Amino acid sequence: MAETKAANPAVRPLFATQARWRPQEIAFWLLPIVAYVLFPDYLALARDVAIAALFALSLDLILGYAGLVSLGHAAFYGLGAYSAGLLAKAGWGEPFSGLLVAGAVAGILGLATSFLIVRVQHLALIMITMGVGFLLHEAANRAAFITGGDDGLQGVAIWPLFGKFTFDLYGRVAFIYALVVLFLVFLVARRLIHSPFGLSLRGIRENLVRMPAIGAPVQRRLQTAYTIAAVMAGIAGGLQAQTTQFVSLEVLSFERSADVLIMLVLGGTGRLYGGLIGAAVFIVARDQLSDMNPFYWYFWMGLLLVLVVLFARGGIIGGAERIWTLLRHRIGGRT
Amino acid sequence: MSDIALATVDLSKSFGALNATRAVNFALPVGARHALIGPNGAGKTTLINLLTGLLAPSAGRVLLAGQDVTRLRPDLRVKRGLTRTFQINTLFPELTALEAVTLAVCERIGVAGDWRRPVQKYRDAVAEAHDILSSLNMAQWCEQRTRQLAYGRQRMLEIALALATRPKVLLLDEPAAGVPSGESEELFQVISALPGDIAILFIEHDMHLVFRFASRIIVMVSGQILLEGTPAEIAADRRVREVYLGNAAIRHG
Repeated sequence: MAETKAANPAVRPLFATQARWRPQEIAFWLLPIVAYVLFPDYLALARDVAIAALFALSLDLILGYAGLVSLGHAAFYGLGAYSAGLLAKAGWGEPFSGLLVAGAVAGILGLATSFLIVRVQHLALIMITMGVGFLLHEAANRAAFITGGDDGLQGVAIWPLFGKFTFDLYGRVAFIYALVVLFLVFLVARRLIHSPFGLSLRGIRENLVRMPAIGAPVQRRLQTAYTIAAVMAGIAGGLQAQTTQFVSLEVLSFERSADVLIMLVLGGTGRLYGGLIGAAVFIVARDQLSDMNPFYWYFWMGLLLVLVVLFARGGIIGGAERIWTLLRHRIGGRT
Repeated sequence: MSDIALATVDLSKSFGALNATRAVNFALPVGARHALIGPNGAGKTTLINLLTGLLAPSAGRVLLAGQDVTRLRPDLRVKRGLTRTFQINTLFPELTALEAVTLAVCERIGVAGDWRRPVQKYRDAVAEAHDILSSLNMAQWCEQRTRQLAYGRQRMLEIALALATRPKVLLLDEPAAGVPSGESEELFQVISALPGDIAILFIEHDMHLVFRFASRIIVMVSGQILLEGTPAEIAADRRVREVYLGNAAIRHG
């Protein structure tokens, strides 16, 4: 029993180190600042990355942590985009409150559909999430008198940030705005996954059947997670509407649901940063490759996806982690 | 009835024409050390699933500390002190042993829905989880992922998860299943040393263990209780010999 006493003090740091900021993380968050300085001509692209990263982060919460596969996550993104867009068009262009409205409206849909989501698994789950996505897309198409239909929602006028910083042509304000919102939501998500609730979600992902046997109300946990993810996706959509001052039907498209799933898998699921890195790779690759040939770029994305899933379990982050450990062992072996 | 921890009244379950459980009546007193035996297909696991709420009975009732829980959700039965372990390991492969047990403790004390504070703020929960693992000689493995643990350690973790719920009634579904005989003794010692106020129903094929552990034995055949009695009575009963025990096991009576 002496060994158990000795091991006890080592336990608390275990959970504590999980939640502590690591140097790699701080380095990661310096990257967008570097990008701002080095690539002033690519700020619109960088803004798209930040928004897509937020969207992918919201999917990671339910897919990576709770194990819920969704092919209709664009429903919340799109609803958030239209909420923020319509609010601004109706005359209230204040950005932050607009984002809150976008998140709230998407969250209400998330809560409503969560009652369906928790009743099904596997294929049925994919079909239901996809079905809800189609329903919203078609509804927005039909309600052209509100949404503008195929022409998109025009006349979205966003007021300056804090009444001071006008959204400029170079996209500086838009980029900083999107980045700050991403970071704030990320802080919430980061806190959440290191909480008992986050542990509970991982438990559900690892073994749904066992959870009730340790007294966990699985359905309520999943509904909470789904609703929070919907709020985050709605905020991402709202950001897009506000920073582009336009909403097209495409925000609700199936392709957007599929793309965000690809980004997340590419970066690595259940790793918090996977969606962020995946979004950056995806958006930059799309930009560069479709410059060469606008129709051909999905070929390369398909190839990359196959390679990553086959050879880098855990996505880009998982692969990088393995290479890192390998290198460290090599170096450690020599010295 | 307050000294009865768990009881059933005419509990029945049929799958189509098959009567998996037929009008089962039994009572588990507080602090009981009972065993449930029976040949494969006798309906032992079905009974456990009925008791814990994984299956809904066709008829009959389940009483936990005198209260009817027949329609209660499985997780709420756990909250009221009815916990089980599983015959086949059903653990959380990517969680460490400590994370898994901490999760179970958090669920019990009702903080697992908290998404604002990090886990380590719940020092008492983490410490309790560590204590449970230590008491099962698992301390040195508590930071290992479950899937990396040896099979015997995983069986131990099953018990640790159950203990974290602070059960009043514990249903042990073949806790030593698949464990090599050398290690099953350690497992048996752990089970024997469980707190005396927990009522335990022990389902096991290994008659050595059953006769050493149980003060009373319930014999189940074809979905019915054939007989209940002390180990000596069970070993002496001719019907039991015929349907189940065989000559080899009688020596241990």
